[in-house]
Amino acid sequence: MLDSLTITDAIDGLSKKEFTAHAIVEACLNKIYKVDKKINAFLWIDDADAIAQADIADKELSIGVTHKEKPLLGIPIAIKDLISVKGHPLRCASKILDKYIAPYDATVIERLRSAGAIIFGRTNMDEFAMGSSTENSAFGTTRNPWDLERTSGGSSGGSAAAVAVDECIAALGSDTGGSIRQPASFCGCVGLKPTYGRVSRYGLVAYASSLDQIGPITKTVQDAALLLKIIAGQDYCDSTCISEPAPDYPAKLTESIKGLRIGIPKEYMIGGLDPDVRNAINQAIKSLENLGGIVEEISLPHTEYAIATYYIIATAEASANLARFDGVRYGLRLDGADPLEMYYNTRGKGFGQEVKRRILLGTYVLSSGYYDAYYLYAQKVRTLIRRDFDNGFEKVDLIAAPTNPTAAFKLGEKSADPLQMYLSDIFTISCNLAGICGISVPCGFTNTTPRLPIGLQLLGKPMDEEKLLRASSCFEQAHEFYKQKPVISEE
Amino acid sequence: MDDTKFNIEYIAHLARIKLTEEEKTLYGVQLGTVLDYIEKLREVNVDGVEPTSHPLPLINVMRTDETKVCLSSEDALRNAPLKSNNLFIVPKIIE
Repeated sequence: MLDSLTITDAIDGLSKKEFTAHAIVEACLNKIYKVDKKINAFLWIDDADAIAQADIADKELSIGVTHKEKPLLGIPIAIKDLISVKGHPLRCASKILDKYIAPYDATVIERLRSAGAIIFGRTNMDEFAMGSSTENSAFGTTRNPWDLERTSGGSSGGSAAAVAVDECIAALGSDTGGSIRQPASFCGCVGLKPTYGRVSRYGLVAYASSLDQIGPITKTVQDAALLLKIIAGQDYCDSTCISEPAPDYPAKLTESIKGLRIGIPKEYMIGGLDPDVRNAINQAIKSLENLGGIVEEISLPHTEYAIATYYIIATAEASANLARFDGVRYGLRLDGADPLEMYYNTRGKGFGQEVKRRILLGTYVLSSGYYDAYYLYAQKVRTLIRRDFDNGFEKVDLIAAPTNPTAAFKLGEKSADPLQMYLSDIFTISCNLAGICGISVPCGFTNTTPRLPIGLQLLGKPMDEEKLLRASSCFEQAHEFYKQKPVISEE
Repeated sequence: MDDTKFNIEYIAHLARIKLTEEEKTLYGVQLGTVLDYIEKLREVNVDGVEPTSHPLPLINVMRTDETKVCLSSEDALRNAPLKSNNLFIVPKIIE
């Protein structure tokens, strides 16, 4: 049962010597053996390496190292397959990086290690984080633990499913247009996308550099606060990282939200919203009001242009970032008579469909004669989207909305139609374009059989994760949805 | 969306990606739909609006100029598809 611990409970039990880190890791590995053939959340795990890390943690605990000194000592954290861990495979769920072994630790991994965490395996994702369902993984999709016929969401679907089903204590994901918040919402976990620049991107394989952020996927808000505190803060290896030190997020969680102004964007409560989602969100909003929040309607008038803007900016940046996969220095190489033919062949075979589509679209919008019409134009609309939030945050402290228009959709439901898949990200994408912070926290279930989790999204001003976490925690404590777990038969 | 505008063969060449005939047809249609959708942006009046290339007001970040440990050439070459003599080996470029 140790696999079902939260970070907070695990720290408590480890410090009281009720159990060992070895036992936690063993419980998580056992869970992986039992259920991962059904879920496919993990792409890779080295049992011996995980146990060796746990034994080191136990030794430190036995000689009196405390969680004050090493806040995550003995806690296994699963890592999305696009964050570099020295000596572990790093494939971004792509064939083009098959057999690649990371030569260095990402900054977030260095920080987790210094905090005593156990770096626990590689989780599945959409190839290069391009997708909303994990169906674009070259190594098979991740299934939703609440209904195996449905998607776990994406792109961090493996991390979210692994946390939901207790294959790990917590996980790291990355969010470019909703890739932490959407799978967290589909799987019933907490997913936090920090403010752009709050967390170092050094060692994160870049998809869209002006939008990407690493963040925690956890069982509770308290755990997200704990993890963020460790991974946030200045890094000289990432010049876009904000210099302000990370505040003590967990310490502020218990403060009340009395008087906090919460805005409901009228553009988010639209027609396409699933009735169960609408209900759950309306109830969540009432609950925030009961907890002392002051709710008012606001307007984010450029919301409907966010997806078009995103698919120009993100694909343009992706086409440049993914140019590095050329078969010269690492990864797959298919031979050709000359370098050009080698590039064509390697990239043609190495990339999956969605990655090729996005590189092609990005190449097109940046190509000679179209730059102004697409890329520059989208950058201007991005300014307007940012201003919407600036104006909104003059009136309110936080924005509350659904994370997604529906609960988890069926596998195959949208995979043949890229545009339909893109449109499902309507509520998460603006946050990345504006560079603000956002969280998804469980707020109920659908009335379907089997029932599916629904996520409440809260959005905060840049660098205001503290308020975001406080409001989410307050809401979570009032409802305790996190205590409800998916049941997967283990035969 | 007219074909003269989006030439998939030319774009695939620029992106250095070899596509099969089926892929050209499929992606051509799919990206055509996406580009039609993107046309929605033209409804927005962007006159006089400054472009946002980055969400942060970035300033140049400096650090002290000191030597630090970096990847050894052995580590940097570890994932090379083909290497020899501490170098990456590629197909012949110059005739």
